[in-house]
Amino acid sequence: MTQAAQTHPKLYESQKLARWYFVVAIALFGAQLTFGLIAAYQQIDPNFLFGLAPFMTNRTLHVNAMIVWLLVGMMGGVYWFLPKETGREVVGITLAKIIWWVIVAGVTVVVLVYLFVQYGPAKWTTLWFIMEGREYIEAPRWADLAIVLWVAIFLFNVVATVLVSRRITGILAVLIFDLVALGALYTAGMHFTVNISMDQFLWWWVVHLWVEATWEVLVGVLIAWSLMYLLGTSRRLLETWLFIEVTLVFGTGIVGLGHHYYWIGTPEYWLGLGGFFSALEPLPLVAMVVHAVYDAGGHRLGTVNKPAMLWLIAQAFGNFIGAGVWGFMQTLPQINMYSHGTQMAAAHGHLSFTGAYLSTVMVLIYIAVQNLRKPVQVPLDSKLWKWAAALLLLGIIGIAGAFTLSGLTQTLVERAEGGSTWAAYINAYTHPWYARTLAWRFAFAWIAVIGYVLLVWDFLTIGRGGTAAQSAAVSPLATAGGES
Amino acid sequence: MDYGWIEIAVAAIFVSVVITLVLSRGAGWLSWRFWRNAMVVSSVVMFAVLLWLSFDSAAQTRPGGERIAPWTVINHEIGLKWNPEKRWQEPVIGQETGFFGKVYSPDEAYQLVRLGKLTLQSRNCMECHTFLGNGAYYAPDLTRAWLDPWWEERIMPMVGAESHEEAMKTWLQNPPQYPQGKRRMPNLHLSDEEATALVAFLKWMSAIDTNGFPAHFGDYK
Repeated sequence: MTQAAQTHPKLYESQKLARWYFVVAIALFGAQLTFGLIAAYQQIDPNFLFGLAPFMTNRTLHVNAMIVWLLVGMMGGVYWFLPKETGREVVGITLAKIIWWVIVAGVTVVVLVYLFVQYGPAKWTTLWFIMEGREYIEAPRWADLAIVLWVAIFLFNVVATVLVSRRITGILAVLIFDLVALGALYTAGMHFTVNISMDQFLWWWVVHLWVEATWEVLVGVLIAWSLMYLLGTSRRLLETWLFIEVTLVFGTGIVGLGHHYYWIGTPEYWLGLGGFFSALEPLPLVAMVVHAVYDAGGHRLGTVNKPAMLWLIAQAFGNFIGAGVWGFMQTLPQINMYSHGTQMAAAHGHLSFTGAYLSTVMVLIYIAVQNLRKPVQVPLDSKLWKWAAALLLLGIIGIAGAFTLSGLTQTLVERAEGGSTWAAYINAYTHPWYARTLAWRFAFAWIAVIGYVLLVWDFLTIGRGGTAAQSAAVSPLATAGGES
Repeated sequence: MDYGWIEIAVAAIFVSVVITLVLSRGAGWLSWRFWRNAMVVSSVVMFAVLLWLSFDSAAQTRPGGERIAPWTVINHEIGLKWNPEKRWQEPVIGQETGFFGKVYSPDEAYQLVRLGKLTLQSRNCMECHTFLGNGAYYAPDLTRAWLDPWWEERIMPMVGAESHEEAMKTWLQNPPQYPQGKRRMPNLHLSDEEATALVAFLKWMSAIDTNGFPAHFGDYK
């Protein structure tokens, strides 16, 4: 291959599709922040937009936009790396493009219905066409079916490409194993059950086994590819680490599901089992930090893509602190009895999703952006990315800090002292310790929004100034997009 | 089930480790092959444990079973009793008093609670409230809502209702008219039937044995 061919890498169709995945992910991230900002203000002034779009509407859009954009971003990462990993175009790429635009249209319809219809009568038609009213998986049944079809086509793309290329790597095996579980688990949420205990029992099969098991493994796969690209880490080493992480994630996280079964009417043995296994759930996250630090140190932080490397380190630490530490602090039943159902959970949610998933998608987008520019700038760098990352992370850490304080106040005032009644609830949220956090939360939300705006601007401009001198210095690594 | 959680945890880990070691004979513990085997074995063993426990949990959480009251509990008085051994509250079912002046048959009770659950989902209640502690933390937890003293102390005189269930129903049909605290609940336009059903659902839910959650409910002074 000539140097010219290397500096003008030709994109696979799959990578062109990945670009659209990333564009939509970033747009939905903007929607998530917007609705989150409104919801945060409504906690300060509950009358704000009360008649038009009450808290429940903004909150629904806030969490649903988040789930969709993170999943879309991670799937985009698979479409980006899969042709590099298998050395060929993705099989069934036309089908993948068609379903993608169907999904984009579907998401638009769902958002408009959430925003303008909001709720319906107590009939099955509401569950099929407006929403299912089950937090995180509110999507109406028709959209559920579309999502299943989408994941099925995605799985077909991956499996067929692997089969046709006659090349199965450890990473690809883990990916396929994980995607089968991810797709199958989603169907556990597609039912109507009167018995709320069984409803929540299976609801957690989707919510927990997605975010605390199958998504974590998907992230492991994507970070492994990213490390090969960014640092040139050896495949053998990465695959062994990936196996260790999956052993620990599935080994602790599957029965760790029991930490959601303490108080929903399920038997008492879940208190012990859930507490024990979920207390071990931070182990794989510690392993990921050790791994990232070891790899980065081993390469003296020399990388082809500076912003992606920063987000990768943020991912390792953020996942450990957000999911590991903030999760552990409320996972034992003795503590959870009082902290469960308070804003402690929201603190954990904000930190862990940022650490584990948002950061991963940022790594992927910066890698893609680097290769979308001609000539390719190596190492990818700008002034803006540091500001964007710093403000975004600061904003979210501040939001999570405010939630931790309001959650602790709720735990003490509403739960421990007040006995969880309606009056105790009002006492907690009007308590100065709680009420004072609201303005802080809103201010930090604005910092995150400014970070987001800078981030989008950086995605559009970074690497544009790549010079011939820089591109001549392109390492084969950067254009290979991962070792093959 | 005759096994305690410690036995289950130890057995699951022991089985995972032994099978991994047997399959990985000859491979060092830091090798690629060892951890590939560990990954597959731990995933399969743990999922098998989860499936087994899920069937057991499903059997115990049947309405009318050990932990969940039958649908007809809506016809009865419900209270909470302190269990001095476990040191948490457990629901107790008292005498039959009827619901909105009527005694529901098992089938009628099921249909009513079913409509209540459908109402709860169609109005997206969980996106402000929490049920069994799960939801959005913007409004009170409803696990024991039926037993909340607030209905008798504040809402009954405020809406001019004669009974507990009537107070709940009237309030739920127009919450902005009777604001409680700084945050307000929107009017979700519940029909007469839907409001009755929702109250029935909340009453049925308050009799679930939740291992004592939420702690010391109603001890508020």
